[in-house]
Amino acid sequence: MIQIDGVSHRIGGAPILHDISTRLPQGKLTALIGPNGAGKSTLLRLVGRLEPLQAGRITVAGHDVATTPTDRLARVMAILGQQTAIASRLRLSELVAFGRWPHHKGRPGSVDRAKVTEALDAFALTPLAGRFLDEVSGGQAQRAHIAMAVAQDTDWLLLDEPLNNLDMAHARALMRRLRAMVDGGRSVGMVVHEINYAAAWADHVIAMKNGRVVAQGPAGSVLTEDLLSDLYDTPIQIGEHRGRPLVLHHC
Amino acid sequence: MRPLPVLGAALLALMLVSVSVGAAQVDLRTILSDHRAMLVVLESRLPRTVAVVLTGAALSVAGVLIQALVRNRFVGPDTSGTAEGAALGLLAVTILWPASPLWLRMIAASAAAMATTALFLAVVRRLPVREVMLVPIAGLVLSGVLGSVVTFVGWQSDLMQYVGTWLMSGEFSGVISGRYELLWFAGIAAALAWFSADRFAILGLGDGVATGLGLSTAAVMRLGLAVVSIVTAMVVTTVGMIPFVGLVVPNLVARIMGDNLRTSLPVVALAGAVLVLACDLAGRLVIRPYEVPAGLILGILGAVLFLWLLHRRPAHG
Ligand SMILES: Nc1ncnc2c1ncn2[C@@H]1O[C@H](COP(=O)(O)OP(=O)(O)OP(=O)(O)O)[C@@H](O)[C@H]1O
Ligand SMILES: [Mg+2]
Repeated sequence: MIQIDGVSHRIGGAPILHDISTRLPQGKLTALIGPNGAGKSTLLRLVGRLEPLQAGRITVAGHDVATTPTDRLARVMAILGQQTAIASRLRLSELVAFGRWPHHKGRPGSVDRAKVTEALDAFALTPLAGRFLDEVSGGQAQRAHIAMAVAQDTDWLLLDEPLNNLDMAHARALMRRLRAMVDGGRSVGMVVHEINYAAAWADHVIAMKNGRVVAQGPAGSVLTEDLLSDLYDTPIQIGEHRGRPLVLHHC
Repeated sequence: MRPLPVLGAALLALMLVSVSVGAAQVDLRTILSDHRAMLVVLESRLPRTVAVVLTGAALSVAGVLIQALVRNRFVGPDTSGTAEGAALGLLAVTILWPASPLWLRMIAASAAAMATTALFLAVVRRLPVREVMLVPIAGLVLSGVLGSVVTFVGWQSDLMQYVGTWLMSGEFSGVISGRYELLWFAGIAAALAWFSADRFAILGLGDGVATGLGLSTAAVMRLGLAVVSIVTAMVVTTVGMIPFVGLVVPNLVARIMGDNLRTSLPVVALAGAVLVLACDLAGRLVIRPYEVPAGLILGILGAVLFLWLLHRRPAHG
């Protein structure tokens, strides 16, 4: 479980998060939703200790993120930030292989190599493995970053808008993969903008707006017409498709 | 074609030529029986060759490191305030304690280089990430300002001739046995960096990814800072700053091999050694029996190479 207690955050004096207390349940796929600027990325970065905590307390599977050594945390959770544009010229296989670094610290074994191969394969990157990161498309680079986080093979996987740049087929493949990981006992937290992905795949939903959590609970109870219309300030209807809610917002 | 053996062979060949070429005629085949030839080689030719190789290799590795620290390819130890910092440290210790022992000068140069490079890193951290060209500009401005300070203090204290040898010449004609051994420290520092190659490569992926992988970014930054500063300080102290090597060589190698530093750092080191040795040799040959400083040749060649790189670099580089 990820437990968030009384977390507030300011950037340059401006309040971004206001006294947030919530939790991401163990063994579930949790979707973080909300309009642009709601504070989803900030909260995820705080959980992933990419940003120092200013107030409050966050624990990941019992590890306090403020006090646990960072390399220990890297074996408990993997985090993929929203900004992944980097100037580094690595081959995709090398990038994904760095996902194993927290485990082997420079001496990869056969287990590490197998996990890298598997992650490359899972995201259809094997044919691109020898290409440089600055010589592939945006979606391919994004998949490589996700594959790196998956290769890290941690109990917790935190992803900030992983569906960015992915086409329909790869987006669905990613969600299936995450679903399978969750069914296998892992826990996933992800920021999702395309609300239907949350509707179709998430167990638990946390809705944020203006730096506050406005709703949380099982997907079915949060993804309602009233709540979503309020959340995004836009009229939203909800239908049903194969027993899951289908959010209609295109016309 | 694998770069490592090719460059290794090229370096060996150049080293042989370097040992044979000079004012005095020396035949390498008779060296064992010819006492005078042996003396020339051991006291002058070999030290010079080794000095050039160490300088080229260490400066190139330092270039890779500083580029990983600031995540920008358009900087080198000669455009990040490092060399000027080392000169400032040397100047200070020369003024305060003219008879200071060599080890103290080394420490002063390294410490001052660390301070000014840390200043550069602090400035760069505050720049917007997207503005790729601001980083080298900040480096040039900082180097320029520090260089002016050094020059001013040099004039005031009548030490300009020293300042000139530290920052402007970059030549190896003065190298003889006993006058270049500091460069071994530069070589060793650069070699030690290889053991942390993975860490520097991960640092180059950005703070977010590095922290996510459990890397203590501050510790890696400190290590990189120390290596870059020590390498630069030793070079400045012994032969004077050599321009462009630390900028151009890492870029050329990254184009071909990428940024997996564990495999590319040895290639960077060899390529740097080959480049500087070739320039030094050219400097010794063009207007024989006189010499053109290797730094001067590199200044011209490096500028051309750099312009070419700037031109070829894709926009998102
Ligand atoms: N570096 C920064 N400096 C100032 N304000 C910032 C900074 N980063 C984020 N903010 C502000 O913090 C708030 C929350 O940002 P955050 O990135 O967490 O939003 P988000 O919910 O992830 O939005 P999006 O859906 O657009 O990714 C926004 O109002 C944003 O303007
Ligand atoms: Mg965001």
